[in-house]
Amino acid sequence: MFEALWVTAKLAAVTTVWLLLLGTPLAWWLARTQNRLSPFIEALVALPLVLPPTVLGFYLLIAFAPQSTIGQVWEAVTGQRLAFSFSALVIGSVLYSLPFVVQPLQAAFRQLPDALLEAAASLGATPGDRARHLVWPLCRPSFIAAASLGFAHTVGEFGVVLMIGGNIPGETQVLSIALYDRVESLDLGTAHALALALMLFSLVTLILLYRQSHRWAVRP
Amino acid sequence: MSLLDFAVTARRGSFQLTVEAQLPYGITGVYGASGSGKTSLLLRIAGLMRGSSEDHIQLKNTLLESEGRWLPPEQRDVGMVFQDARLFPHLTVRGNLEFALQRQRRAGLGIDELSQMLGITAWLTRKPDELSRGQQQRVALARTLINMPRLLLLDEPGANIDAEGRRRLLHDVATLCDQYEMAALLVSHDMADLADVAETLLVLAQGQQQALGPLIELASQVSGPLAQAQDTAAIMNARVDEHDSQYGLTRLAIADQALWVDQTPAPRGSAVRLRLPARDVSLCHDAPKATSILNVLSVKVAEVQADAGNRLLVRLALGDQYLLARITRKSLDSLGLRVGDRLYAQIKSTALIDRGGSADD
Repeated sequence: MFEALWVTAKLAAVTTVWLLLLGTPLAWWLARTQNRLSPFIEALVALPLVLPPTVLGFYLLIAFAPQSTIGQVWEAVTGQRLAFSFSALVIGSVLYSLPFVVQPLQAAFRQLPDALLEAAASLGATPGDRARHLVWPLCRPSFIAAASLGFAHTVGEFGVVLMIGGNIPGETQVLSIALYDRVESLDLGTAHALALALMLFSLVTLILLYRQSHRWAVRP
Repeated sequence: MSLLDFAVTARRGSFQLTVEAQLPYGITGVYGASGSGKTSLLLRIAGLMRGSSEDHIQLKNTLLESEGRWLPPEQRDVGMVFQDARLFPHLTVRGNLEFALQRQRRAGLGIDELSQMLGITAWLTRKPDELSRGQQQRVALARTLINMPRLLLLDEPGANIDAEGRRRLLHDVATLCDQYEMAALLVSHDMADLADVAETLLVLAQGQQQALGPLIELASQVSGPLAQAQDTAAIMNARVDEHDSQYGLTRLAIADQALWVDQTPAPRGSAVRLRLPARDVSLCHDAPKATSILNVLSVKVAEVQADAGNRLLVRLALGDQYLLARITRKSLDSLGLRVGDRLYAQIKSTALIDRGGSADD
């Protein structure tokens, strides 16, 4: 059970870092450019919101298979197998939780006035400088919200992990899978503990998030 | 040598801006009705608006734009003060000024010194949303000044500040420009503001350049873009001759003639600028003997031009400077005015520009 907790925490943390690294430029691009491609990218990002996780998991399972191109390239580069690995879980989780990070950031970037960025530029601030000293502090609440949602959603993930992660304790067995496992083997005592832990974690995360967003709404 | 040499275009919907000019050092006023392209011109020079690939902009020895070259705004030695202040909302006033100071382009004033000068010291610890619009504009101006760009682009600075405060603010800008070798393009639709500090004037209408030249020269023309304005006024240079504190007046000298204005703190011998509205100047053949009007100048008719209505604009030479008078056609006929006539001009009101003071009657 503690192994599952550790895997879950590690997965959620690593996934959140990747989500922010990939989601931020993507959200910026979606918020700031309008071209014929944007609706397609936006739809792709939002897909996990409506798709059964098993669908995404199914395609990833095929993509990560050792005979597949992705699987082979991965093995050539890293020397390790992708299928049923922790890395595969991270990739799956990043794709699955992407809308939870991209959407709040995209909304924040869209609201960020161009006028302020222009003023900073006319004071000699380069794009990187503007990102650090203007975009980041002005959008900090949204970054925190995006990271929290990405983290919490990864913790709550089940379908994708079930499809691509297998059930290797200490490697790919996360809490939600462990719970499923215990119920299957009628170990209801442990199942109760796991279910309660997951529920409390999610509830506390959301309460913290809403409390912050209320505070920011009162005094930006 | 010109400081700024450019040929820029911009297009927004059906609006087309095309301006080509060489501007000297010092302060250049950009004048025109709203929608004439004043702001677009500034945005083009700042690099915040795209033009065509044939445009070129050169600031001193640096090409900002030319064929294939386009310097981003942060690399242009140009600072812009926007009409809508654009202060950074997450920073205090001091934080905003520090942002500009950390990116200062050349050594200049410090925050405390400049804040004192522009009267914003009391707000340094406040956030922008705690300030009025006029106060925000003052801070925005301070922020750009502290950044010390070679060229300042000022879009109606102090539009939300009262005329007296704005006048003083513009004077501070002029002083700083002088002191730190900055130049400025000052956009305004208020000729009085421009007459105050600008040496050169660029007049725009419908995105086209209407006139460009020394402000004093353009202001005293009887035809051209400025002559049509209701409040057209000649701008003249004068010297402080004597203070009369008993009556609270100051005597100025223009071409060896005397002109009285409200007492000014400017010391004797200093140069001042005057703004003399054409509608406040009346003409007569003989020197009036008893009149409540203090100021009567001997002038020579240089040019007469009919304007749209039943009125005429008369250009009057006073030494090497010019005065304008707006009179009716009836007056012209009854006076029998001809170019070269010597006349007396009675001036009902004069505005001494640098303090905004005036002496009526």
